[in-house]
Amino acid sequence: MVLVIAEQRDGKLNRASWEPIIAAQGLGGPVKVALLGQGLEAAAAELAAAKVDEVVRVEHASLEAYTADGFVQALAAFIAAEAPAHVFFTHTYQTRDFAPALAARLDRALITDVVAAKPHGDGLAFTRPMFQAKVVADVVAEGPAPHLVSFQIGAFKVDALVRGDTAAPVRAVDAAVDPAAIRQRPEAPFQEAKQAVDLSQAERIVSVGRGIKAPEHLEMAKELAAALQAELAASRPICDAGWLPMDRQIGSSGQTVAPKLYLALGISGAIQHVVGMKGSRTIVAINKDPEAPIFEIADYGITGDLFEVVPAIITALKA
Amino acid sequence: MKIAVCIKQVVGREWQLRLSDDKTWIRDQDASFELNEPDAYALEAALRLKEQHGGEVVVCSAGPSRVVQALREALARGADRAIHVEDGALASADAFVVAGALAAALRDEHFDLVLTGLQSDDQGFGQVGVVLAERLGLAHSTITMDVAVEDGGLRVKRELEGGWFQWIRLPLPALLTIQSGINQLRYATLKGIMAAKKKEIRSVAAPADLAARQRIVSLYFPEKSKQTRMIAGAPDEAAKELVRVLREEARVF
Ligand SMILES: Cc1cc2nc3c(=O)[nH]c(=O)nc-3n(C[C@H](O)[C@H](O)[C@H](O)COP(=O)(O)OP(=O)(O)OC[C@H]3O[C@@H](n4cnc5c(N)ncnc54)[C@H](O)[C@@H]3O)c2cc1C
Repeated sequence: MVLVIAEQRDGKLNRASWEPIIAAQGLGGPVKVALLGQGLEAAAAELAAAKVDEVVRVEHASLEAYTADGFVQALAAFIAAEAPAHVFFTHTYQTRDFAPALAARLDRALITDVVAAKPHGDGLAFTRPMFQAKVVADVVAEGPAPHLVSFQIGAFKVDALVRGDTAAPVRAVDAAVDPAAIRQRPEAPFQEAKQAVDLSQAERIVSVGRGIKAPEHLEMAKELAAALQAELAASRPICDAGWLPMDRQIGSSGQTVAPKLYLALGISGAIQHVVGMKGSRTIVAINKDPEAPIFEIADYGITGDLFEVVPAIITALKA
Repeated sequence: MKIAVCIKQVVGREWQLRLSDDKTWIRDQDASFELNEPDAYALEAALRLKEQHGGEVVVCSAGPSRVVQALREALARGADRAIHVEDGALASADAFVVAGALAAALRDEHFDLVLTGLQSDDQGFGQVGVVLAERLGLAHSTITMDVAVEDGGLRVKRELEGGWFQWIRLPLPALLTIQSGINQLRYATLKGIMAAKKKEIRSVAAPADLAARQRIVSLYFPEKSKQTRMIAGAPDEAAKELVRVLREEARVF
């Protein structure tokens, strides 16, 4: 049996939770889905539309606000009771926060950031990026079951979900949580001061990455943006360094955009960047490394030094 | 406050990656190496906490002999001493083995705070810090973007997806995984480099009984998911052709 751990916040299901369910359905065996928290009726009913054997609400007042200690306790006990062969998660920030502690407490394998599962001998191999997505690895779990696996967001298309003819049964269990053993005291999530630029409305975006090398070179990118009537954006390291403000950052921890044109200058194409721009209609990548992962999702690519190519594009646009 | 910072040395970003003959690891004999980026931010966070609250910053790395270079760099930036868990096999070890090696080296020192980067730029498990917290019995929080010491505990800012954040209170001792961009990095001064030469790097052996929980069966280069049209030629020719296709085929302006 595969146990899928779905994710919710304030009773609202995280849409990325459908993806590990799709992965589990693909294996052909029984699938159960568990949801942790409090007040989970609506989200559990939504999950029950999938063709799965059961949806379980693992509830406790102390799980209402997410904490790593609460989730590790509740899941360690629940997994021991259910004895699944695999436990699937989505590789969200929340999973990153508790799943390694859960795996350590159970002393079981955890394979993270997986994009595919495939047969390997009697078992499964899991495909995951390594070295900033420059290579891909097939990895097998060692040691006894259950094996924990977290799937990269976007690894599966949500429309591949198999729906059931009738709703799956929903069961509620009281989670085994000792509130006194929860050490984290979370406050309410918040957004930083309202963003000054809304890049999601931009028709064209010129985005710069670490290949730009120094802040003074941003002028060149600005000139290109002006010639294209585009907004300027960046990968995270550029904003981390303070060369551009955070509200120009594209990616999982920044903005998500889908312009007509996304022109990536000296951006390698790490998944955390790509999730924020892969919906763009036309993607152009300029990178000196022909193997840069950004070329995997680009429509047009130029392998070359951006310091030569960008001025040439500006000239060509003005011609 | 007695602070440990766990750092990893990873292959340089500019190094052209090559696979080993058996295609289960990289051929890194001729690679350049650098400090894993989030770990540099973790070190900086530790140095700032020491400046505010006093105490000691100890850097620790589990890896082959080459990682001494990363430890020296950290000492030059201001760490007080270093621990090197030395074992050639640690270069490609999984998160459980690395965390086990670090736990053995840190356990008896009873640190108030342990910092790690949130993940490494090589294998990218994103697990070592959190597994280490569990092994040492420490409260933990991840993807940290701010750390304040308050009422004998911590108040930390945790990054969430899409520009959201959350403050969390934790008791000490604790472990935090640090996100890139939490602060602005300092670089080693000449004085720091000189001072580092006199600082201690203690080498310890990795425990013999650490069991891996995952194994790479093959490594390969990714396949393109889209048909990318590569535009060749000298920069000005390629630029002209790009502008033409964007205008006439993609019609983006
Ligand atoms: C939890 C988490 C959240 C994250 N959130 C985000 C996010 O929201 N957004 C984001 O962008 N990243 C995010 N990251 C970071 C991400 O993993 C990458 O580290 C980052 O996107 C890399 O940025 P980059 O491509 O600019 O730099 P690099 O990966 O260093 O790539 C630089 C590229 O420039 C090329 N280059 C160098 N010189 C030249 C030249 N002269 N001409 C042409 N090309 C050149 C190189 O070949 C290389 O491909 C996150 C990471 C984590 C772990």
